[in-house]
Amino acid sequence: MITTTSLYDQLTSLYKEKRNDTESAWLSNLREDAFKAFTRNGFPTTKQEDWRFTNIAPFLKEDFLLHPGEASLHSSKKAGSIPQFDAHEIVLKNGMLNEDVTIPGISISPLRTALKDERFKSYLSKHIPLNAQPMAALNTAMFEHGIVIEADKNIIADKPIHVTYIYNAAEPVFVQPRLLIIANKSSKLQVVESLLIMGESPIFINSVTECYVAENAQADHYVLQVTPPNVRWVNFNQTIQSADSLYNNYTYTLPGGLLFRNNIHLDLNGTNTESHLYGLYLTGPGQLTDNHTCVNHLNPNCFSNELYKGVLMRDSRAVFNGKIFVQQDAQKTNAFQQNNNMLLSNNAIIDSKPQLEIFADDVKCSHGSTVGNFNDEALFYLKARGIGDVAARNLLVNAFAFDVTNKIQVPAVQEYVEKIITQKMAEAYD
Amino acid sequence: MLLDIKNLQASVENKQILKGINLQVNPGEVHAIMGPNGSGKSSLASVLTGRQNYEVTGGEVSFDGRDLLDMSPEDRAREGLFLAFQYPIEIPGVSNINFLRTALNEIRAYHNEPPIEAKEFLKLTREKQKLVEFDAKLTNRSLNEGFSGGEKKRNEIFQLAMLNPKLSILDETDSGLDIDALRIVSNGVNKLRSDKNAFIVITHYQRLLEYIVPDFVHVLYDGKIVKSGTKELALELEEKGYDWIKEPVTTASV
Repeated sequence: MITTTSLYDQLTSLYKEKRNDTESAWLSNLREDAFKAFTRNGFPTTKQEDWRFTNIAPFLKEDFLLHPGEASLHSSKKAGSIPQFDAHEIVLKNGMLNEDVTIPGISISPLRTALKDERFKSYLSKHIPLNAQPMAALNTAMFEHGIVIEADKNIIADKPIHVTYIYNAAEPVFVQPRLLIIANKSSKLQVVESLLIMGESPIFINSVTECYVAENAQADHYVLQVTPPNVRWVNFNQTIQSADSLYNNYTYTLPGGLLFRNNIHLDLNGTNTESHLYGLYLTGPGQLTDNHTCVNHLNPNCFSNELYKGVLMRDSRAVFNGKIFVQQDAQKTNAFQQNNNMLLSNNAIIDSKPQLEIFADDVKCSHGSTVGNFNDEALFYLKARGIGDVAARNLLVNAFAFDVTNKIQVPAVQEYVEKIITQKMAEAYD
Repeated sequence: MLLDIKNLQASVENKQILKGINLQVNPGEVHAIMGPNGSGKSSLASVLTGRQNYEVTGGEVSFDGRDLLDMSPEDRAREGLFLAFQYPIEIPGVSNINFLRTALNEIRAYHNEPPIEAKEFLKLTREKQKLVEFDAKLTNRSLNEGFSGGEKKRNEIFQLAMLNPKLSILDETDSGLDIDALRIVSNGVNKLRSDKNAFIVITHYQRLLEYIVPDFVHVLYDGKIVKSGTKELALELEEKGYDWIKEPVTTASV
């Protein structure tokens, strides 16, 4: 039998093998620190508070390939999985950028090439709490591919940038994509991440995205988790905002993969920032979606707003843990957080934990969590107009999700998400 | 005959609410059902439309020749039964127009008809909005969200106009309406009346019947129809109140 130890051993020996790489010293040092941080505790277990409800061990028991073969990917398979989406398309096949993408004012480069530049030392893993985040540490120690998206100052992107990860899962694979987004001073960009999986073997994705939103810049960041059942995805997202910046994160997890763990960390490193975190998770049979968010107010006069909504079907589970820290200097903070859940089955379970820690004395903060079911009166109203059970439930689920889906600022993406909700819900009702 | 109710009995949480209702409605007719609070008027509407929690304990109802009580609420609607709710619910996030298109298409699918063309739907919407004087701005809003009481009731009549049912039950549609709204709602209903459809108007007040003139008036008391007559009965009720109706029943039931 193959056990988790074997993946751990496999990873550690691979790490040692690779140490004599040609990477710059600062990167090797970073990797070494990250590797130590990972090996200190190994993969997270349910004994750790942050992973109490999410046991990833069963998902690590595959005989994973750590290098998915590129040749086996159909080259005909392009992105464009979102209909009528007018975007700059970037396709990463097994994590690699194969073609040059030219966008005026915005540079797209493979991470490995970019990291030869000492400049990125001040970005890469600079704010990720590696010791507390073993999965992000593992990615930092061992990521191979990925890209940097960087908007020059004052550049307003003409259309969204759509990053599609295509992976070959003909055999079980463990992959660690890495994305670095930099919106320089007064720039504005929208990045949409989505996934395309070929093959039906288990694929474990351990991804890290870092997003730097510089002074007066704006970044919209969409993570569309529309996946087949063979996907297991642990995602770490670290965003750092400078003064007067705006950041919107949209993390939408739709029925498909068996395990999702999203860690959304946001550090407000300047004054007068605005941030919105929107989350939607729909869970189908046997699935677990875990969202851990952490908003860190470090400076005065910042506004953060978080709305996560979940719809749980059948025997699915979800976890919401939302932390807001308001540090002593962060006076005049406005921080809001809301988590609403609809449980559509007696067998579904939600663990919701809103958490506020305030060290400043002049702030406005709120948090709340609700759990409910379909409103019978609303269902009857719809049926009394001739609308059948499934269509009525779909309308109500879409209505529940509306607060979150209507925040999507790209119409094609919004339509796409709403369509998938309707499709996936119909398949998963009790 | 469009609707034939025979000795209908129903209960909620083991409490008998309807105690043997008999009522026949033909196409082209408007029936008013009046009665004091708690007499079972709204319960009758709920049982006919198939609301949960109501248990039919006896009797039968045929609707256009079919067993109504055997059908799901949505199938009753698809067969042409419509309830204008006493308290229309607000459903934030469901747009009025999307809701109506869904309803219309579900009804069409039931009758093996293709979905309505966008253009045709738009035309129908405009036409019916005008007919029942429904503010076009409200059509694109979320279903009843933030509507005034009058706007909600007018939306019920707008939906009625869009779905074109065979039998409409108006459940206290007049309650809480000011005179202008009442006139608009009544005008809408009067324009929609034809020799092919029928209405059951449940009301507490005779005033509505000045606008929607009924062919028959029934008085419901303690779960039974205790008196039936023509529109003059409504005037008599207005004048004398319900007490003279109650007396004989209470005596008889002793």
